[in-house]
Amino acid sequence: MNLEFTPEEQAFRDEVRSFIAENYPAHLADFGMREDMSREDFLAWHKILGKKGWSVPAWPTEYGGTGWTPTQRYIWSEENARASTVMPLPFGVSMVGPVIYTFGNAEQKARHLPGIVSGEVWWCQGYSEPGAGSDLASLKTTAVRDGDHYVINGQKTWTTLAQHADWGFFLCRTDPTAKAQEGISFILVDMKSPGVEVKPIKLLDGGYEVNETWLTDVRVPVENLVGVENKGWTYAKFLLAHERSGIAGVARSKRGIEKLREIAANESLDGAPLIKDFDFARKVSQLEIDLAALEITELRTLAGEQAGKGPGPESSILKIKGTEIQQRLTELTLEAVGTYSAPYHGGVSNDNSNEHPVGPDYAQHAAATYFNMRKTSIYGGSNEIQRNIITKMILGL
Amino acid sequence: MDFNFTEEQGMVRDGLSRLVREQYDWETRRKAIASGAGWRPEVWAQLAELGILGMPFSEADGGFGGGAVDAMVIMEEFGKGLVIEPFVPTVVCAGGFLKHAGTDAQKEEHIGGIVSGERVFAFAYAEPRGRFDYADLETTAKKDGAGYVLNGHKAVVIGAPWASHLVVTARTGGERRDRSGVSVFVVAKDTAGITTRDYVTVDGRRASEVYFENVAVGAEALIGAEGEGLALIELVTDEAIAALCAEACGAMKVAHAMTVEYSRQRKQFGVPIGSFQVLQHRMVDMYTAYEQAVSLTYLATLRLGSDEVERKKAVSAAKVGVGQAARLIGQEAVQIHGGNGVTDEYAIGHFFKRLTIFDSEFGNVDHHLKRHVALS
Ligand SMILES: Cc1cc2nc3c(=O)[nH]c(=O)nc-3n(C[C@H](O)[C@H](O)[C@H](O)COP(=O)(O)OP(=O)(O)OC[C@H]3O[C@@H](n4cnc5c(N)ncnc54)[C@H](O)[C@@H]3O)c2cc1C
Ligand SMILES: Cc1cc2nc3c(=O)[nH]c(=O)nc-3n(C[C@H](O)[C@H](O)[C@H](O)COP(=O)(O)OP(=O)(O)OC[C@H]3O[C@@H](n4cnc5c(N)ncnc54)[C@H](O)[C@@H]3O)c2cc1C
Repeated sequence: MNLEFTPEEQAFRDEVRSFIAENYPAHLADFGMREDMSREDFLAWHKILGKKGWSVPAWPTEYGGTGWTPTQRYIWSEENARASTVMPLPFGVSMVGPVIYTFGNAEQKARHLPGIVSGEVWWCQGYSEPGAGSDLASLKTTAVRDGDHYVINGQKTWTTLAQHADWGFFLCRTDPTAKAQEGISFILVDMKSPGVEVKPIKLLDGGYEVNETWLTDVRVPVENLVGVENKGWTYAKFLLAHERSGIAGVARSKRGIEKLREIAANESLDGAPLIKDFDFARKVSQLEIDLAALEITELRTLAGEQAGKGPGPESSILKIKGTEIQQRLTELTLEAVGTYSAPYHGGVSNDNSNEHPVGPDYAQHAAATYFNMRKTSIYGGSNEIQRNIITKMILGL
Repeated sequence: MDFNFTEEQGMVRDGLSRLVREQYDWETRRKAIASGAGWRPEVWAQLAELGILGMPFSEADGGFGGGAVDAMVIMEEFGKGLVIEPFVPTVVCAGGFLKHAGTDAQKEEHIGGIVSGERVFAFAYAEPRGRFDYADLETTAKKDGAGYVLNGHKAVVIGAPWASHLVVTARTGGERRDRSGVSVFVVAKDTAGITTRDYVTVDGRRASEVYFENVAVGAEALIGAEGEGLALIELVTDEAIAALCAEACGAMKVAHAMTVEYSRQRKQFGVPIGSFQVLQHRMVDMYTAYEQAVSLTYLATLRLGSDEVERKKAVSAAKVGVGQAARLIGQEAVQIHGGNGVTDEYAIGHFFKRLTIFDSEFGNVDHHLKRHVALS
């Protein structure tokens, strides 16, 4: 057993670090809240990576992947977290892309993969519905075959960043008589098609990152069906395993703890820096310990993958602990900023100047981020659902 | 031992409960928060009419002679509706200072206006670097002839945009963080040299940064003895904490009830999610935490008149226990509401936000655990 990276891996780390230092757009350094970001901001780094050939590291090389080992991919994500980069959105890169190159036909691969690699095409995920959240298989949106087209009707919800999307991948019921998990198809929809309507949902932090998506008689050519009709559930499950593996966010949390320590060094308590306060410091250390455990757990999973073991139900552990740590981190950050957690920085104000916001810079988004991060234990299969998965798949209950 | 409310308290509670239910529905609250004014002066006027704003003052001062339990009853109802009007800064804080240490002239000058709803106060005590220490003051009040000149910056002064008057803490002597040398002043907000920067808070209230630049006030602005304000501030803020704990209990009660109700209605996998034992047990834990929080709130409220150590221990115990319950209940309520829990549209998220900010008011869980340790 050995925790050290090999000299080759070290060299790779140096290469990555200097590439980021030289190429990452300066105006996106240390990005703050997503709601402030434009489509261009989201895509800028993705496009640079696309040109370099690093935008879809995990894909097979024939479609634009890097051929990196899981450890190299890990180093890659660590270095990006260290630099707080805006990473490519998962919808194209980690979700629909792998479904298309695994289950799609040659035409679909040729048509859709290059746009994901280059960062030109924005994808969104249309799975959830108002009545189908944790119980995704109860979805009601229908796709009815009409000649060379499917006609789609229904309502999706929680569609993240659909306001910017060019394409969406949707789960639709194509056989209403089949039992729940069957009769569902995986269909690609051009978001500019007539009948697609995207309505923003305001979240607790004041931002708009999710939407309701209404589909009314949307005509989609049959060639947009991925794989086999009525077998969409298989692809959906394949995709969810991919979604989960990126969700631990170890490297970002590490950076978050560094920032938390900086904030707590700036805040004062009883005339001394807050970070010197034992009560506070022990909470930060506890978080660091939990994160260290998670990091090694993730590396063990990676090592398993490197040895050819696919990500199994263990990825649910990464999701649960990763999101709990992210939430705890934002909770402690909120606590650290104390009094200045209260001002709201996104709403009405009689202050229409460009004046600097009240309170220290680091306090500005503390509350909003804490509120926003409650989503992480809900989306991507709620933490309760992850525990149910472990119960069944690992404990055999 | 008697945990019952008097008939009068029952009537106050029923009256307020009706007012909150009928006039403070969710949409109206939302509109008030988004409006230019940011609150509902008409509700304030109604509270005055119901006698709520005169509750803590003696009959001789034009009030209704109520006590801490009355404040608790009122605040719990406010918490149930997430009422944003500045009852704590005006009635509990400013009212408390006047009641405990105001001169006859000060009472005469201010209490009538509070009772009638014409005078609204904010309590400017926190500073950018003071955290929860009331004595960690950079604001100064220098003696100048018979009066004082105030200079300084107060942070996140809740209700200040609506206020006609401010109660301000400032150092008249001693070193930063000394226990002596702290004084309390009452000033009209339009006094020359006072400027504010107003904004919305994450829980829907309004607050200001308040700046004092060579603000000249007369000797009549001083409340209590010069340099000996800290004990008074601690007493009044303990009363404010007890009131806020009651508000949090009201908010937790509703947040819990909404969650239980939601879990009955919301179906997944063909059954109400409330039938999953993992959620049931968590709602039980929320309920248990709520009941414990109510008990600690009673304890704090009933000990407000005790000797200083007893009072502070009980108040800190409540702030710790209620703070922990508020966090647990807020987070679990959102989680059990799933995606809907994190939307602006659903009320539950706003209860969560209020319960979040509660922790940072007048000292958080850690601060009060420490105070409890120090007194034990
Ligand atoms: C910010 C955000 C972004 C999202 N982005 C997308 C997106 O881009 N595309 C998309 O398709 N979806 C997206 N989602 C939807 C997300 O996948 C769902 O919110 C999630 O699956 C939970 O469903 P629900 O909200 O309907 O909650 P529900 O399923 O109603 O769950 C409510 C509560 O009950 C619990 N529960 C449910 N079933 C069980 C059970 N069997 N045992 C124990 N507990 C249970 C849940 O854990 C939760 O606590 C997003 C959600 C959020 C909040
Ligand atoms: C020190 C001791 C002294 C005792 N003295 C007496 C005595 O004087 N007289 C007497 O009659 N008995 C006595 N008991 C027995 C005691 O009442 C039982 O141990 C108790 O009722 C639990 O039953 P069990 O041990 O069979 O556990 P089980 O009932 O088998 O329970 C095992 C676990 O499953 C959990 N569980 C069970 N059902 C559910 C459910 N529906 N939902 C969720 N979780 C569940 C339990 O909480 C427990 O964690 C004593 C036991 C102890 C340990």
